Amino acid sequence: MRTILSKYQLEITIQRLAYQLLENQKSGEPLILVGIQPRGILLADRIFHLLNTISPGSDIKYGKMDITFYRDDIRKELHTANQTDITFSVEDKNVVLVDDVLYTGRTIRAALDALLSFGRPKKVMLCVLINRRFSRELPIQPDFCGKSIDSVISQKVIVEWERDEVRLY
Amino acid sequence: MQLSTKHLLGIKDLHPGDIQLILDTATQFKEVLQRPIKKVPSLRDTTIVNLFYENSTRTRISFELAEKRLSADTLNFSAPGSSVSKGETLLDTVNNILSMKVDMVVMRHSASGAPHFLAKHIPAAIINAGDGINEHPTQALLDAFSIREKCGTLEGKKIVLIGDIMHSRVALSNIFLLKKMGAEVMVAGPPTLIPKYAKEAFDIRVEYNLKKALQWCDVANVLRIQLERQNQVLFSSLREYNLAFGVTRKVLKEISKEIVILHPGPINRGVEIDSDVADSKQSLILQQVENGVAIRMAVLYLLSDKQNFN
Repeated sequence: MRTILSKYQLEITIQRLAYQLLENQKSGEPLILVGIQPRGILLADRIFHLLNTISPGSDIKYGKMDITFYRDDIRKELHTANQTDITFSVEDKNVVLVDDVLYTGRTIRAALDALLSFGRPKKVMLCVLINRRFSRELPIQPDFCGKSIDSVISQKVIVEWERDEVRLY
Repeated sequence: MQLSTKHLLGIKDLHPGDIQLILDTATQFKEVLQRPIKKVPSLRDTTIVNLFYENSTRTRISFELAEKRLSADTLNFSAPGSSVSKGETLLDTVNNILSMKVDMVVMRHSASGAPHFLAKHIPAAIINAGDGINEHPTQALLDAFSIREKCGTLEGKKIVLIGDIMHSRVALSNIFLLKKMGAEVMVAGPPTLIPKYAKEAFDIRVEYNLKKALQWCDVANVLRIQLERQNQVLFSSLREYNLAFGVTRKVLKEISKEIVILHPGPINRGVEIDSDVADSKQSLILQQVENGVAIRMAVLYLLSDKQNFN
């Protein structure tokens, strides 16, 4: 086991991501965060809370999206679906997908499909806490990234929200 | 999480955990059905045949829509107009269809046990869409889903099934399901339409007085009088049935609480339920139909990975 981000590092990394998202927001346009169920929500909750603290009153929308029904591995394993809660239209909007760990890219591929069933966004970006480089199976890269790491397939990266640490097993 | 069964033949074979999983998955599918694009790609590699040996409007359309919303390819078969009239047997018909690479079979048949028979002989997943007077599992699931949505839970809720218990597959599936999920169940109707052994066999309450039944319950599921399944006259006239067991505004006013009304359809207006009750806010009849699609999507989705077991 190796600690990738300590509690303090995790805190400032999430802060940086929040500031980057605000920096990137074009004036007059809403910032739309869509957290990916189940574990992306935990990061998206934090970022959403921070954004409201840093920049109260700015136009920030937050939705949760489950991608179970869009997975490409339904024939290998059946997953239990989680709640989707997107109460606004994404038509012609800038949307930031939020997930904790970017690994093969297949979840994000499914998320892009799922997002399109809510409308046609103007632009979709990706924000992740941990980017596992060299493990990608699809041409997908993050636009906002907390930390990039090198790891092998047999290793597991787990964001432990109960102790606020990111660990490599 | 997976279902403990390869087929959905009846509620009788399900564990409470299976029912919970189907209801929870249906909740997510109901959200999918509110989206601008109401379709998911989950079953795009699956072909499903809808075998209807008996008439149906709601169940058939609901299954077909659920299949299409899941991106499955669908085939529709109805017995009238097919080679069934030339004497082809059920097993031959199904085997011929399956040889064209069909993965799942949704079946309605007037013979009780027909889907159970098929399940023993063919390699595809089978979903019972109503067999004779035995079971209609997806109807019970959507009834339970509608009750859970309205009342929050099934556990401890008092639910009365009113009317033709004897000939109703909806009643049997509902009794199994509600008992498994911890609800209190009562059946009410004329003694000729309630099996004598109902109380002991299912451990449920039996009531022959409509007003008492309604006063007891939180939810009343009013069943259709199935004239096509009655070989003998079990009550003297429809008018008399309506006077004694019809759910009318008048009798609802006489009880001291507001109850929830369900009906599986098709409605015989003015027989088991009056129009002003069926169309009132108390009635969940159209919500039941809406929920039916989500429930059937959940069942098809959860059974779809069992298709490769041959």
